[in-house]
Amino acid sequence: MNPLADYVWLIIAIPLLGFLINGLLGLSLESYRKQKSLIGWLATFAVFVPFVISLMIFLGMDAESDAKVVSLFTWIEAGSFTSEISYRVDQLSIIMALVVTGVGSLIHLYSMGYMSEDEGYWKFFTYLNLFIFAMLNLVMANNLILLFLGWEGVGVCSYLLIGFWYGDMAKSDAAKKAFIYNRVGDFAFLVAMFLVFQTVGSLEFDQIFANLDLFSSDVAFWVAVLMFIGATGKSAQIPLFVWLPDAMAGPTPVSALIHAATMVTSGIYLITRFSEMFVMSPEAMLLVAVIGGLTAIVAATIALTQYDIKKVLAYSTVSQLGFMFLALGSGGFIAAMFHVVTHAFFKACLFLGSGSVIHAMHHVEHELEHEGKDVHFDPQDMRYMGGLREYMPSTYKTFLISTFAIAGIPLFSGFFSKDEILAMVFNAGLGEFGYVYFALWGLGAITAFLTAFYMFRLTLTTFHGTFKLPKKVKGAEDSAKYLHESPANMTTPLWILAALALVGGFMGIPDFFVTTFVSTDANINWLHAWLLPVAADYDLVLAYSVKWVLVAMAILIAVGATLLAYKKYDNDGGEATDAAIKARFGSLYEIWDSKYKLDEIYEAAIIRPVYRISDRVLAIFDIKVVDGTVNATGGIVTFFGSLFRFFQTGVVQTYALVFVIGVILVFSLLIFS
Amino acid sequence: MEILNDILAYLPATIIAFGALVVMMLDGFKADSRKVYLASMVFLGAALIISVYDLINADHQLIFSDMAAVGGTAAFGTFIVVFGAFFTVILTHDYLIGVKHNFPEVYPLLMFCTVGMIVLASANSMVTIFIGLETMSICLYALAGIVRDKRMGVESALKYFVIGAFSTGFFIYGITLIYGATGSFDLATIAEYRDGGMIFWGGVSLLLVAFFFKVSAVPFHMWTPDVYQGAPTTITAFMATAGKTASFIGLLLVLSRALPYWVDDWSAAIAVIAIITMVFGNLVAMVQDNVKRMLAYSSIAHAGYVLVGLAAGTTAGYSAVMYYLFAYTLMNVGAFGIVAYYEKSQDVLFNDVKGYAGLGFQYPIMGVLLSIFLFSLAGIPPFAGFFGKYMVFAAAIDAGFLGLAIVGVLASAASVYYYLRVMVYLYMKEPAAGEEVTLVTPKAVYVVSLAFLAGLTIYFGLIPSHITDLIFSFFDTGFYAVN
Repeated sequence: MNPLADYVWLIIAIPLLGFLINGLLGLSLESYRKQKSLIGWLATFAVFVPFVISLMIFLGMDAESDAKVVSLFTWIEAGSFTSEISYRVDQLSIIMALVVTGVGSLIHLYSMGYMSEDEGYWKFFTYLNLFIFAMLNLVMANNLILLFLGWEGVGVCSYLLIGFWYGDMAKSDAAKKAFIYNRVGDFAFLVAMFLVFQTVGSLEFDQIFANLDLFSSDVAFWVAVLMFIGATGKSAQIPLFVWLPDAMAGPTPVSALIHAATMVTSGIYLITRFSEMFVMSPEAMLLVAVIGGLTAIVAATIALTQYDIKKVLAYSTVSQLGFMFLALGSGGFIAAMFHVVTHAFFKACLFLGSGSVIHAMHHVEHELEHEGKDVHFDPQDMRYMGGLREYMPSTYKTFLISTFAIAGIPLFSGFFSKDEILAMVFNAGLGEFGYVYFALWGLGAITAFLTAFYMFRLTLTTFHGTFKLPKKVKGAEDSAKYLHESPANMTTPLWILAALALVGGFMGIPDFFVTTFVSTDANINWLHAWLLPVAADYDLVLAYSVKWVLVAMAILIAVGATLLAYKKYDNDGGEATDAAIKARFGSLYEIWDSKYKLDEIYEAAIIRPVYRISDRVLAIFDIKVVDGTVNATGGIVTFFGSLFRFFQTGVVQTYALVFVIGVILVFSLLIFS
Repeated sequence: MEILNDILAYLPATIIAFGALVVMMLDGFKADSRKVYLASMVFLGAALIISVYDLINADHQLIFSDMAAVGGTAAFGTFIVVFGAFFTVILTHDYLIGVKHNFPEVYPLLMFCTVGMIVLASANSMVTIFIGLETMSICLYALAGIVRDKRMGVESALKYFVIGAFSTGFFIYGITLIYGATGSFDLATIAEYRDGGMIFWGGVSLLLVAFFFKVSAVPFHMWTPDVYQGAPTTITAFMATAGKTASFIGLLLVLSRALPYWVDDWSAAIAVIAIITMVFGNLVAMVQDNVKRMLAYSSIAHAGYVLVGLAAGTTAGYSAVMYYLFAYTLMNVGAFGIVAYYEKSQDVLFNDVKGYAGLGFQYPIMGVLLSIFLFSLAGIPPFAGFFGKYMVFAAAIDAGFLGLAIVGVLASAASVYYYLRVMVYLYMKEPAAGEEVTLVTPKAVYVVSLAFLAGLTIYFGLIPSHITDLIFSFFDTGFYAVN
């Protein structure tokens, strides 16, 4: 193994250092907060340098390298239980580290432009560095406790950043919602950890994986299910996904970094890390696949009805995450990780592109205000947009490339990863619970169709046709002149991400593209070979003919949906088409539009009953019993405190007297014991 | 020459003693106080560096004809004491100038006092213990009353002296009786005595009483609130940390080196005193409105927690005590240091918690640091104070003192009330109209020192193994190995 791996701690330490420097200086020095370019560059380099180190470690590894564990120090020591601060460098963790630091640096760079006018600039970058630190702990940890530290850490950062503009009550509510929904999942994850500890007596990964035979199938099932519940919180799956769309209240770079590219994929990372345990329980695998498949289609149908540009992307993220879980549940751990990586590229690009659009629309609103016109509109509503491609060419082109990628148009990155996922689901249909997996494959195919359709709906409505703000809002008649492209530090990351979205798929070209024609081993699927030692992937047993048919169908779906969307949404056909869809699907559309009423159901089934019980039962218990006990205890304690204070007379003779009583006490204790 | 070798091994104490003489001469020749201060910093700094070196490198050996020991626990005690003295001097200089009572004689007194503490913490004979204890105490009496024109300070110094002399009588009588029973002052020789008897036990109880007085265990604590409140605040910090550490290590030496055979007999007595001390200290601390007095009672409570570790009478217990003393020194010097800073902005009697209303937002860094120290004192993770309590109580449970640990945990939980109360005033109360306090700008060196202490409080709370491994190694083999 590469000797550089010994320095893996630097990857984690440098973002922490960036967090401390910007945080402490910003907190204590008013003047430092104004040094915006210094703060921004420092934070960006605090992520970019770890990226370079990860890259060097990565280049020194190959698919056969053994995992390298770097222990820093003993963190907790209690009886027979010890937990170390130790990091694990293997094929899986280094890929995650590369994604986190690579996409992370680009988003830091972008944020320097996006947040440049914000008063909380220093605070934003401080939180962002802290997030990277926590996220790296999550993916590099060598035991469950440290992983959990990172898991909670990213949760806290997500909370802080969603509520970054906490002056707005709705935004701070969204932050609380995200945090509370995550806590539900975290609790299950904790119980899973207890179960693992009870079974193995250790939480170190090596110990757990060496003792998998200690897990009975029941225990393995429960550990897997509980871990998965944890993942449904963090990775926004049914039933806990409702926080993610609301999380869009945070600044757009946050949505790109945390709520699309990195944090929300930690559930997929966790399950891949524990893939050997998940495959021990086919029932748990089925559950993962079913939840993933349902989430994918539910979120995709909601995305179809949204007009807020970020909300569409949010539901699309939920849907794509569902796709990844579908892959996990079908034994396609590598396919899921593949989609994590490509999704990080194109979804980060899409979010940053939407940020660029919102930035421009904000600017328009701002300039109109300057003119003295009292004009208000929602700068995220795509019905006011249209025709932006003329004004924002870079944003448009990168957005389009990423849309092609997510839609699964051949040779773009999403095509390969999505195709691999669908193939793995179909493949699982040949095993246990086959008919369910075939049904899920069907759901997946429909979702793929919907994905391409709503993504082009978004792109075409926003960038094609004519700019609709002047027509729709009074006083904004000649507002188009204020539209402009974003600065270079925002478009550069867009181009880099778009390039990755374009070519990223080539790391996982299916082997059968070659082996069908040449009868030797192909080994062109680099990612598959790379991750095979760390993932318990099911074997792909499909015949060549089936594989090719699946590929053909995937192409047909993607291209068909794209062409349909072009026909319907190009040239300002958006709202008419939406109305037509609404008429066509009727009450079904109502359900999608109301987001399946999940928030209302939670409100009625959980929140209101809890309020009612709190109000009528617990409050009374609290006031009468708890407060009563506390106040009584406090009263007694204060009484004795005052009584003892009474002895503190200030007279030395008293002190000497008490002293002598003490001597008698000690003497008798010694003599009579 | 053996004496030269011994002096070299005893270098921190030697340097400070010599330095104290130099500093005293400087003062005598009317050098300005800044020079006196800098000179003492140089000597203490050198001693601190050497004591850190000794802590890591020195092997255990007996010196001065077996009267004293170096290395191991002795090196650890020396380190804490010099560390405490070093930071006390930094804080004291600024504080005394701030409250306009800048007496340079405070520095030689502090240094002589430190020498006494080192002698106590590295003793190997009852006589050395006595010399150390008295050198320390006499200097402390003088230091307590250093602000001569405040009635409260003088009164507290006199009380401290009278009752201190009283306890010294008990100490002397105690070691006399022990000598009578065992025929020796040497700790190791006393350890071989097996007969018991009234003379022996009388001696042991008087000796223990004298130590209980020095560490302010209940019911020998009554001087503590008066003296801690009356003495200049940074000097209080010194008494409460370095002074207590030296006395506790002296007690630990007596128990672990001279009386290991009788562990079952004395541990019950110490456990009872520990319970009384924890309960009493915490209860009374709750009803204090004066922050200094609250910290005085809190220091009584903390003495109780340390006694829990001693009562365990095991290696784990002694190690816990050592860790606790270091953690306590860090956080208490820090807490008193910030109380001193607030006083500096007003006057020496600015100690009422109500006066702290809203201060957390002026110079936020000071408010944050005070919060860190108070959280640590309350035993909340991830600060060093938490881990100290954890070690002490874990040792007690392992030694079978479950009840003792339960009382300790409950008492400690109750203590959160009065520590957080200060923070409530700092951050959640508005000052009454007309009583707004404007804080002076803190000196950079003052802030940096306190921030350093806070940093260590967090560091050793997060990574206690960096110091516990060292402490465990003292008791692994050889000299200090128990049972």
